Amino acid sequence: MTGQLQIDRLSLVFRTRHGAVRALEDVSLSIERGEILGVVGESGSGKSVLAYAVIGLQDPAAEVLGGRILFGGLDMLAASEQARADVRGRELAMIFQSPRTALNPIRKVGRQIEDILRQHANVSSGELRRHAINALARVRIPDPERRYHAYPFELSGGMCQRVMIAMALACSPFLLIADEPTTGLDVTTQAVIMDLIRDLSRSARMSTLLITHDLGLAGEYCDRIAVMHAGHVVEVASVEKLLDHPAHPYTQQLLGATPTPQSTIEGLTAIPGQLPDLRHDLPACRFSARCARRVAACEERPLPWVSIGPDHLVRCQVPL
Amino acid sequence: MRAAALARNVGHAFGENRLTLAAVAILIVLLTCAGFGHALAPYDPLTTDGAAKLLPPNAAHPFGTDALGRDILSRVIVAARLDIGMAISAVLLSFAAGLALGAAAGYFGGWTDRIIGRLMDTIMAFPLFVLAMGIVAALGNSVLNIILATMIINLPFYCRFARGEVNVRRELGYVEAARMGGNRAVPVLIRHIIPNILPPMMVQASLNMGWAILNAAGLSFIGLGVRPPTPEWGIMVSEGASYIISGEWWTFVFPGAALVLAVFCFNLLGDGLRDLLDPRRRI
Amino acid sequence: MSFVWRRLLGTVPSLIGVVVVTFLLSHALPGDPAAYFAGPAANATSIAQIRAKLGLDRSLPVQFLQYIVDLVHGNLGNSLTTGQPVLTDLIQRLPASIELTFFALAFAVVIAIPMGVWAATRPDSLADHFCRATVSVAAAFPTFFVGLLLVYVFYFLLGVAPEPVGRLNEILYTPPARVTGMYTVDSLISGDWQTFLASLAQLVLPAISLGLFALAPIARITRASMLQALGSDFTRTARAGGLPRSKILVTYAFRNALLPVSNVLGMVFSFLLGSNVLIEQVYGWQGIGAYAVTAVLASDYAAVQGFVLMMAVLYVLLNLLVDLLGTMIDPRVRFES
Repeated sequence: MTGQLQIDRLSLVFRTRHGAVRALEDVSLSIERGEILGVVGESGSGKSVLAYAVIGLQDPAAEVLGGRILFGGLDMLAASEQARADVRGRELAMIFQSPRTALNPIRKVGRQIEDILRQHANVSSGELRRHAINALARVRIPDPERRYHAYPFELSGGMCQRVMIAMALACSPFLLIADEPTTGLDVTTQAVIMDLIRDLSRSARMSTLLITHDLGLAGEYCDRIAVMHAGHVVEVASVEKLLDHPAHPYTQQLLGATPTPQSTIEGLTAIPGQLPDLRHDLPACRFSARCARRVAACEERPLPWVSIGPDHLVRCQVPL
Repeated sequence: MRAAALARNVGHAFGENRLTLAAVAILIVLLTCAGFGHALAPYDPLTTDGAAKLLPPNAAHPFGTDALGRDILSRVIVAARLDIGMAISAVLLSFAAGLALGAAAGYFGGWTDRIIGRLMDTIMAFPLFVLAMGIVAALGNSVLNIILATMIINLPFYCRFARGEVNVRRELGYVEAARMGGNRAVPVLIRHIIPNILPPMMVQASLNMGWAILNAAGLSFIGLGVRPPTPEWGIMVSEGASYIISGEWWTFVFPGAALVLAVFCFNLLGDGLRDLLDPRRRI
Repeated sequence: MSFVWRRLLGTVPSLIGVVVVTFLLSHALPGDPAAYFAGPAANATSIAQIRAKLGLDRSLPVQFLQYIVDLVHGNLGNSLTTGQPVLTDLIQRLPASIELTFFALAFAVVIAIPMGVWAATRPDSLADHFCRATVSVAAAFPTFFVGLLLVYVFYFLLGVAPEPVGRLNEILYTPPARVTGMYTVDSLISGDWQTFLASLAQLVLPAISLGLFALAPIARITRASMLQALGSDFTRTARAGGLPRSKILVTYAFRNALLPVSNVLGMVFSFLLGSNVLIEQVYGWQGIGAYAVTAVLASDYAAVQGFVLMMAVLYVLLNLLVDLLGTMIDPRVRFES
């Protein structure tokens, strides 16, 4: 069975004045219906680039070198802009970090939801407002009739993110892409927003692609996790396997750097080195320069996919 | 490192942007005319010739002659000194006065700031050209007063800019340290603050030059300041205007074109200078 | 509505400043106002008489009070050249200037805003560079020179424009009955299409000459603020929501870009009102600008002072209008306390 979203060997570069940045290389992923997949990595690992490529909002400087993104039956990379725009907001929705700036500052939030409904849902104009208020109620915004008339600057960051979610879910999409949805929110609000995303995904059998730098957060809310490093997906596994038996040295180091309720500051370790410069020639395994387990085979191309159990793939010559 | 960056910016401003280079060339021509106009002009700009009235451009008079038979080319060349002189004096005066007022407002704050701010707001409450007319009318109809009026209407731009920059910088560590060290206000301003805000102010000034030229020429176009037969571009355009209906276009086109060229040159220089000092603001 | 009152109240300091400056311009500066008011043909005794009559022999504060009292009564003095009260003269000529300014602004806005938007949607394209070049060149042309060039090309060479004889060729047409004082409006009110078209034809060249210089600031700021709005997070959200391009451009990007645009309108008005003087001079337009030029050259001081005051008040009011428009665009300003 093919998934809701299928990414096959996607490679993408940014053409810049200082050379081509190889932001994604040979990325493959799939999401099943109703599944929450976390994509975890440091900033610069390419996780957001991946998200934008899926929804078709990549930077104009981005150029897809190869691969496919299949959403439902639609080849997103080959489809016309018109076809993609038709899918966006209806079947495929996205929410962003910093929700306050992600909403139009001079339009009532209710109207912004109506804009989406008017475009995609088969709702008469008389009914638009009721549907918008319902959408607000669904994300548990208290007093939705009043909030309908609010402008983003009148709402807190958490409230704005709920509005964003309400907008994203207004047309009951099949896939929600959440790009760092809780960055910039305080800790309690983070939990509320994440609970909301999980509950709504579960109840609507909606797939969710959660982009985050926080492995702890992904571990708590996702079914499966893909770890990205320097434009590569280095490991994909179910949450339990990935957290308990990480197979890629990078995943292991990432886990070591992630605080848990049990860990102490002393127990946390920093990942040595930094992301390689993606403009230069890179070894087959882009992590090898930072890796203590490096062997001669790490230079060999192509970088293999190693299966180390059902549903557990790792791109490493010498997995743990 | 900084020198290298500056060199790169210079390279960008002149290499990639040929326009800036062209502007520098025009500037050299203008300044030469302003400096040695009388020596360069083929004829005396004031000598009338009853036999050569309103001649179209020809070999002897490349820009033609005006209603009194004066050579227009010579008048255009000689006028450069007055036009550019008026604009530069006005801009320098606004620059100096605006810097002093703005620095005082930004550094001392409080009542100084409020009074100076109110003064500038009041200037800005007038359509600026109208205020300039009123000032010239009140002070008397002379070139000096045109310069003064142009200076006053430009003052708020410099003052506000200097105030903002000083306000930000007075909180910075090195200034704070100088103040804590017991230095008095004026030396701190002169030694530590003003040198840092001069470059951006100079960008403002060069962007402002074109506007100052337009303003002074506009005042003389309506008959203020410069008296005939003094050659000045604005008044020459105004004199030539009467001959449009009869088709003697050269009487107003050449002095007008000189104005356009001068304004265009200073606008380009201002843009180039801005790119040089602050490549980020390149829009 | 409270913000309207607040803004209205905010104009009071500006108005006070304007009144003080116009007073100082005529009463406290070097030169002898009495000599100005007396006119060029006066002798020492008549100047002294006028000084006493105008109250110029009293102290400055007393003179200022007298000035305020006169203002409140609408007394701006009498014009030497027309012999009428200055206020009457100004009100007689104001509609002509307003009509011209309005058409110039309309021209500038109608060209500059689409141009800015167009350039912003294609940054760094040939079209973008073309727009920027056009705008920089337009900004270097003195208004009065543009005015003359247009007359030369369109009237003298091509013969498509009417003779630049002011608001209406009164040999061929009769001005419409005065209601607003604006010929285009009044001729429409009286249903006189021919006069309407004739007065409109007279307006075209002066309005373009005046509006051309205003193009540059409006087009520049439109382009810059559109670029910013198009690159903003909320535009990205709208695109992620699959909204049509037109909706994104208008409702999301353009409306947000309008606020910076409305902020430069103040500067544009300053320029338009000032350059009115020059354009009225070029086209023989019987507005307050032409009136002021005659007055300045004739040292008709009361008239000049009245003109400066009226322009300043008009400018303050226009700024208020722009400010209120901005408030309507942006709810954040409205809710500021």
